[in-house]
Amino acid sequence: MNKMPEIVLFFLAKIKKLALHFKKKKKMKEIMMVYYMEAKSARISGRKVAWITSGGPVEPLIAMDVIPVYPENHGAMIGASKMGTDLCEKAESMGYSSDLCSYARSDIACATVNGGPIGGLPRPDMLICCNNICGTVLKWYEVQARYFNVPLFIFDTPFCHVGYAEEAGRYVRRQLDEYVLFLEKACGRKMDSDHLKDVGKLSLEGQRLWQAVLATTANSPAPMTAFDAFYHLALIVTLRGTPLVIDYYTQLLEKMKDRVARGIGAIPNEKYRLLWDNIPIWPRTRWLSEKLASHNACLVADTYTSAWCGTTKYIDENNFFDSMAEAYTRIYLNIGVDEMARTVLEMVDTYKVDGIVMHSNRSCKPYSLGQYDIQKIVEKEKGIPCLMIEADMVDERSFSESQISTRIDAFMEIIKQQKGA
Amino acid sequence: MKERDEFYDILKDPVSYGREMKERGRKIVGYFCSYTPEEIIYAAGAHPFRIFAVGENIHFADAHFQSYCCSLVRGALEGALAGNLDFLNGAVFPHTCDSIQRLSDIWRMNVKGPFHADIALPVKLDTQSARTYMIDVLKKFRDELASHLRVDITDDKLKNAIGIFNTIRASLKRLYELKAEDPVIISGSDLYAIVKASMMMDRNHLTEVLPAVIEELEKKKGNANPSAGKRIVLAGGVCNHPDIYRIIEEAGGAVIWDDFCTGSRYFEESVVDHADPIAAIAARYMTRPVCPAKHAGIFTRGENLLKIVKEKDARGVVFFFLKFCDPHAFDYPYMKEFLDREGIPNMMLEVEDQLPSEGQLRTRFETFVDML
Repeated sequence: MNKMPEIVLFFLAKIKKLALHFKKKKKMKEIMMVYYMEAKSARISGRKVAWITSGGPVEPLIAMDVIPVYPENHGAMIGASKMGTDLCEKAESMGYSSDLCSYARSDIACATVNGGPIGGLPRPDMLICCNNICGTVLKWYEVQARYFNVPLFIFDTPFCHVGYAEEAGRYVRRQLDEYVLFLEKACGRKMDSDHLKDVGKLSLEGQRLWQAVLATTANSPAPMTAFDAFYHLALIVTLRGTPLVIDYYTQLLEKMKDRVARGIGAIPNEKYRLLWDNIPIWPRTRWLSEKLASHNACLVADTYTSAWCGTTKYIDENNFFDSMAEAYTRIYLNIGVDEMARTVLEMVDTYKVDGIVMHSNRSCKPYSLGQYDIQKIVEKEKGIPCLMIEADMVDERSFSESQISTRIDAFMEIIKQQKGA
Repeated sequence: MKERDEFYDILKDPVSYGREMKERGRKIVGYFCSYTPEEIIYAAGAHPFRIFAVGENIHFADAHFQSYCCSLVRGALEGALAGNLDFLNGAVFPHTCDSIQRLSDIWRMNVKGPFHADIALPVKLDTQSARTYMIDVLKKFRDELASHLRVDITDDKLKNAIGIFNTIRASLKRLYELKAEDPVIISGSDLYAIVKASMMMDRNHLTEVLPAVIEELEKKKGNANPSAGKRIVLAGGVCNHPDIYRIIEEAGGAVIWDDFCTGSRYFEESVVDHADPIAAIAARYMTRPVCPAKHAGIFTRGENLLKIVKEKDARGVVFFFLKFCDPHAFDYPYMKEFLDREGIPNMMLEVEDQLPSEGQLRTRFETFVDML
């Protein structure tokens, strides 16, 4: 191997220093900056980079010191920075239909031009695709496997229409072994199973902390909103299994508990409590949060951010590796619509909500198809109204501000009447 | 010829065909895609009946599916909610795409037929553990169906069923080959009607009528003038539009093969005799040309399409997609690139519930055929 050039060594030292600095302060923005800088300099620091789906089993990667990179998180960043429409159009000029997932379209286009808010993701050494969130990721990762010409591992988690089938459990468990073999081959060294156990413990602890943070919003007024959760979510998605996550959420939890104790709400005058369903409309979160706050309505919880801590009940803390097969297979999007509706009903009670805002997201069929049925079930069982907003998580062309604004006003009128203003 | 009328009659009114069969005491199991193990349904003494979409006037299904859900899924649910499928003893949902996956949930929650089975097939088809799992889920389906219908599905019955379906598959393939050898001996719409109706017709009867059609075509072969039509392959998912064949023919083309799950993917590959018939059925799914919702390698589908074009000596390819069908839309750019690289002209047509106006289609096809 060639000796690293001076400039590279200088750069690496800088990152290390920055990382140390931020370790003390632990602000989300800086943590994510360091994370992306480390990932982007992986080639010079000799570490491997894996692209992995948001619901994928990341713990073996962390244990192998492979840097996990999440195209979906990148898609959210592209959306939030309002760069999605351009990239989606670029993908369309490459032949991808405008009806396809806008995360996938943005990412596929971004890879060819290194665009977006961080100048593109670092080139992957391998791709890890877990289809527990959708079938779209399979096609998307096939596209990237052809483009980057790197090995693709598919972690196939059979859909659980009604419960977790024994044979599916055996199949997923076998794939965990195949996954480890795949990583050992890609990295040229053995998995340290003790280290993997430690990572598993940290992952579970991180998920429990995240759950605890989200649970604080059961209080009235809620100390944070779902919009805050969308922001704080980044770590449990990207750095699950590292101590950084524990530190960050421990501090966040303390802060939220303190706010609860002092009765400080996330919005100035919380009168109505709402539940959000589906992936955020990233380019319009601020608009939506201000719009709802203007009605004294607080989005106190959502089905999206809780997906990263919804299966801790299946995890055996003394046997993380074996039990994660079930935990990764039974996540929110990989279960039947009736079971999803039951989860929503529970959340309605836990968070004492007055209504539900459902984002019918053109990009995400497994999340959106079935929402009409969930809406009917909730309205029938709980007698609370559900608003359906037609939009897209990244592509702003599917967002009609005036129409959505009018519908929110009408929806809030109903809630005010129901609750008695 | 009268056999062909029979196929057209079924297509014209599949509901009456199903109801009459039911009145005669047959148990009927509806299914959605070419990964349904029809052999197991047949071996249970039941009749496998493929469910197609109601083409237009979607009304009931709109209360369950958004407009960005494909017309196949919306149209299938529409038929059930409108009461058209009351003759079914149950429905089977093999796992393929995100939309069919949710269709199964919504069907189970709203249609509430007597029997509902999900076959949660593996998504990857190129590993040993996936094969083992595929066998497991097929066995589970056999047990569930047997217990619901209170029958024994023995290995002997399965082997007999495999024989019947291998014969049907071979006959349909022979029909396609005859068309490819001499495209004028049967129109594209007739062949479409035969293959599509085969997925609904009584299979014992089908094994009697298909050979008669083949015999008739074998006689015609070579007698007609060689067709001047430019040889075209269609590629996509489900084709529910027989008019497309006629319009292409009138524009000077001839559809001589396809890569459709209502076409060649339905009949390609036999179940090879095996001591364990379920394992043999699974083996066919592992080797058959794949649906894009399944994974068998990152170039498999492109290579298969090229192989079809070369083997069948086609001049061009028409991609025929259902709007909102994600798996096909994701594969399109690379498959197109495969064809472009070999200098094979191609075009893409995306259809929602109904075909675009005939005039518009004719112009597009005429322009395309001129290029070939």
